[in-house]
Amino acid sequence: MADSGNPLPQAAQDTGALRFRDDAVPDEPAVSLDAFLDQANSFSVRIEAGDDVRRLGPVLDRVRLVEIDFPKFRDGRGFSSARILREMGYTGEIKATGDVLVDLVWFMRRCGFDSFAPDMPLNLADVEAALNRYPHVYQEAADGAVPIWKLRHPDLANG
Amino acid sequence: MYRYDNYDKAMVDARVAEFRDQTRRRVEGHLTDDQFKPLRLKNGLYLQLHAYMLRVAIPYGTFNSTQMRKLAHIARKYDRGYGHFTTRQNIQYNWIKLEEAPDILAELAEVEMHAIQTSGESIRNISADQYAGAAADEIMDPRPWAEMIRQMTTFMPEFSYLPRKFKIAVIASEADRAALRWHDFALRLVKNDAGEVGFQVFAGGGMGRTPFIAYEIRDFLPTGQILSYLQAVLRTWNRNARRDNIHKQRMKILVHELGEEEFRRQVEEEFQHFLAMGEDFPQAEYDRIAAYFTPPPFESGLSEEVDRSDPDFAIWLDRQVVAHKAPGYAIVNISLKPIGQIPGDISADQMDLVADLAERYSFDEIRATHAQNLVLPHVRKRDLYAVWTALNEAGLGEANLDLVTDIIACPGLDYCSLANARSIPVAQKIAERFADQDRQRDLGELKIKISGCINACGHHHAGNIGILGVDRKGSESYQLLLGGSGDEVTSQAKITGPGFDEAGIVDAVERAVEQYRRIRQPGERFVDTYRRVGMEGFKEAIYG
Repeated sequence: MADSGNPLPQAAQDTGALRFRDDAVPDEPAVSLDAFLDQANSFSVRIEAGDDVRRLGPVLDRVRLVEIDFPKFRDGRGFSSARILREMGYTGEIKATGDVLVDLVWFMRRCGFDSFAPDMPLNLADVEAALNRYPHVYQEAADGAVPIWKLRHPDLANG
Repeated sequence: MYRYDNYDKAMVDARVAEFRDQTRRRVEGHLTDDQFKPLRLKNGLYLQLHAYMLRVAIPYGTFNSTQMRKLAHIARKYDRGYGHFTTRQNIQYNWIKLEEAPDILAELAEVEMHAIQTSGESIRNISADQYAGAAADEIMDPRPWAEMIRQMTTFMPEFSYLPRKFKIAVIASEADRAALRWHDFALRLVKNDAGEVGFQVFAGGGMGRTPFIAYEIRDFLPTGQILSYLQAVLRTWNRNARRDNIHKQRMKILVHELGEEEFRRQVEEEFQHFLAMGEDFPQAEYDRIAAYFTPPPFESGLSEEVDRSDPDFAIWLDRQVVAHKAPGYAIVNISLKPIGQIPGDISADQMDLVADLAERYSFDEIRATHAQNLVLPHVRKRDLYAVWTALNEAGLGEANLDLVTDIIACPGLDYCSLANARSIPVAQKIAERFADQDRQRDLGELKIKISGCINACGHHHAGNIGILGVDRKGSESYQLLLGGSGDEVTSQAKITGPGFDEAGIVDAVERAVEQYRRIRQPGERFVDTYRRVGMEGFKEAIYG
């Protein structure tokens, strides 16, 4: 994110949906974590704030969409859930749902969210400004952004 | 001290622009008050009874004369000509207009200061030993680690909406001047048997309505793994804390509910995971930061002699000045507790004076302490008289460090919308009661801490004598507590019995203090006597 500008996807301009992926949109409704683990033919799972996403580890291969719900914008458990999914190697869609606000989106992108379906529509101009606000990041996360310490030590930055 | 490079500067500047935009969106109605509240809190803006309060971060309590002069300027231009140093080594202003806050933040950024994460559910300003880099008893300067943790925890995406606030402290000596074990996460630099430096790690402390003293979660952590360990602690808490009751969301509650062993086990598991990801900053970055904390160029061959012929100076010298690690130098404590004044308050003119003294006599360094005082860390002994003279003329010459009138007090009902009772007038009345210099010195170390409500911002749980203001049937009432401590032998104060009204609490404190004076054994501080005789040894004297 720090390397280049961060325009919103064209789809967002057209439809109001905010999705930072080019692949096909999974059309199967997401089911609860328990249901997903029971049903070998489901592909979309819904993670509630208190769910342990690590339970998806054994079945990660069949997950195409993870919806992570934010019941209140102040409930930050979903940030950990998304980042853990990326750490587990999951590359499919992670969609933030619920009480998602403009000023959360940058943090969410950094944690690995690449799709947003908030209860209340976001002002896309504000989102774009927020995503381009910070020129750098201080720490690694799930977005591949290069932290400042690496920029300070270019000789070490290959690792 | 640490200086921003272009990266740090760009991040703080972006923060100012972001908050300016957030304030605009609030004013234009795009953000509800509920949505805006956490954003302003994470920029230090807290709504008090009469106005907004702005809390400015002073990372690990270290700042310079340029920054102090800017703080004075802000006091004059945007506030009422004074500021208030806090128990997190920060400074806060009590009369701020919301629409001016972005301009204030922009002015702060000009001198490498900010108000990032000084309030709200965030990783707060990291506190440290106020004598860091000067103390004769430290094994190394803890501030490079504090600065590294500051950078790691600034705008940390995964932990941007934590269950509650999270407070970190770092020290490097046996003596604890930072109330270490009252923190959520606390680090003491230690050496192991092999001579390697590592961290002794404490977790799960905190005051508030449910006080806990942090437990030792790790006896030795290699220093280079601290950021992984910290992330493991934060993730364990962020994922598992309750979210249904704001009073039960601090990490101390989770530690208590899971049990120390189980919390440690979960953290260790997560720690191995973070270690494998390799997100700790490398040695080269530590070295870059540490270079800013190279000791100043101390002169050699300085005299250790101090002329004590002025008796008032000698009293101040014995009380406010402590040993420095460099020969010929001393650490000067500046009392912000003149008798009858508001603890921690300082006028803009006094700020400028302290800035001048720091520039001229202390290698341009100032420290703020968690006890709401200031420190000039590196003063030549031969300059002590000149420093005292200037302080004394400015009303900053009080000699009461750690004495009965060196009181910590929260803003209380005079400012705070959460308070049940006033703290400041109680602190003032107690200080006036014990104003006599000989009496104070005879009583020795005696730390009184006053909170105006159970949130405990005035650290009453850690007071040798604690005072807690409560609302009793619509009127202010004060509970008396004894036996707390925030030093290396940490203890939690206990309530003596029924509460008192405002006049009564001052008398009750005096009765407790006089009882100590009657029964103390040679060399015993108040807290030592309390620990020997217990509450029973005091109760009758207090309640008759």
